[in-house]
Amino acid sequence: MKAGAVLSRREIVLLSVIGLAVFFAVWTLASLAGLASRQFLPPPWSVAAKFVELTHEPFSGFTLQQHLASSFMRFGLGFALAVAIGVPLGLALGWFRWLDAVVSPLFDALRFVAPIAWVPFAALWFGTGIGGPVLVIFTGAFPPCVINAHRGARYVDRRLVEAAQTLGARNWQIITEVLLPASVPSIVAGLRVSAGLGWQSLVGAELIVASSGIGYVLVKGQASIGTSIVMSGMIAIGIVGFAIDALLRAFESYLQRRRGRG
Amino acid sequence: MHNRAQPSRLWVGAATFLAVLALWYVATSLTHVVPAVYFPTPTEVAKALKQIAVQGYADGRLHEHFLHSSYLVLMGFAVAVGVGVPLGMLMGWSRRAEALVNPVFLLLRPIPPLAWIPLAIVWLGLGDAAKVLVIWFAAFVPAVINSYAGVRSIEPHLVEAARSLGLTRTMLVREVLFPGALPLIFTGLRLSLQACWTTLVAGELIGAIVGLGHVLYQAGLDLFPAMIVVGMVFVAIGGGAMTAGLSWLEARSMPWHAR
Repeated sequence: MKAGAVLSRREIVLLSVIGLAVFFAVWTLASLAGLASRQFLPPPWSVAAKFVELTHEPFSGFTLQQHLASSFMRFGLGFALAVAIGVPLGLALGWFRWLDAVVSPLFDALRFVAPIAWVPFAALWFGTGIGGPVLVIFTGAFPPCVINAHRGARYVDRRLVEAAQTLGARNWQIITEVLLPASVPSIVAGLRVSAGLGWQSLVGAELIVASSGIGYVLVKGQASIGTSIVMSGMIAIGIVGFAIDALLRAFESYLQRRRGRG
Repeated sequence: MHNRAQPSRLWVGAATFLAVLALWYVATSLTHVVPAVYFPTPTEVAKALKQIAVQGYADGRLHEHFLHSSYLVLMGFAVAVGVGVPLGMLMGWSRRAEALVNPVFLLLRPIPPLAWIPLAIVWLGLGDAAKVLVIWFAAFVPAVINSYAGVRSIEPHLVEAARSLGLTRTMLVREVLFPGALPLIFTGLRLSLQACWTTLVAGELIGAIVGLGHVLYQAGLDLFPAMIVVGMVFVAIGGGAMTAGLSWLEARSMPWHAR
């Protein structure tokens, strides 16, 4: 939609800088004006200093990078499991009508349970070390994998499927050689949603049960009213979440380019 | 999909649920393949449901927990929608507003709503205010993004036509921009609502006095699997009911939009 006047590049940059400046100015002023004690609302530079400090001085046993690494390992496990089970399940649901009829109602019902609500069972079944958080990440990341693979497989051009059938393809071959390649764009779009939800679920799980990881840093910071620690942790979470999404986006456009050429 | 569901599909669905219930009964009560420590028997769940509904559990009875959680979600959601939708529409309409707000928005967006919980607790304590703040944040982002996309998705001809017919600014917003953006706004609201519900449960699990998340937390501490199941079922019911309510509102407010 074309609205208002189209801005020049200079104007956009200028307005962006003003926007950011206002944000940081309000933050700094609120902190310095003493509305709340410094401990509750530190100015931006103390947070930045704390962030740098956390990267080389261990906090509750580990440096920030080590906490992030242990979080990321849990995330990787849960996400990989969700993709490895969710995508094939989604494709199968898109192909076998009877399976769709049996599984989809259950799936829809379970989906209403917020991933975080699995935390108590996750802790009970798999403990609070690695297994518990992995289950929570899995429950967050699983539905988008299934839904997008299912949708992708359903909207595959019928003629392709019929052609494959005429050529004598079996169910298995139709799924791996027709439905899977044709659904890739939808699946990859699902992976991005799935990774975002998985990362968010990980943070939630670690806030509640873990004894290491980035969520645990937040909890420890909160317990000692170390607002700058909490904010540093949030920044780190944001950076990693952004990096995960950027990676998947790069993967998505790489696939698109390849398909365009092929 | 659902609107094309044939009656036979419905029967298969119902049969599946019955089969799962039967399987549950066989695996826990009858054969004890799954030990009761890990997953409760149906009788235990029924007992837990009765206990929380009649005597109460975790400092409140079931309806108190349920209503309190729903109330917080609706509060946070309403505030987020009230601020987010106009802001998103403004960003969609005016390039200036977009250039001004977008960088800050991009800066805050990658931080998941759940990560705001500790900060909210430091600032506002364990009461309702902290939860409403976090829920607000969870709902805010999808509300803004989709309202923005909604306004951008309107065909320029429509706006030009409206302008050449001499519509005033308010009328333009009311008659063209808002209805045009509404389908995507509702998509955003649905995402917002899901995010709200998840965030609320997390917030209550971390620290609360009443609420469904608090029930889950207490049940986890007490190693009381039956009560965990009750809590999860009501989390699902709450989320499902709100989504259904929103779909109803969507159908009512956009009769022209065929689903």
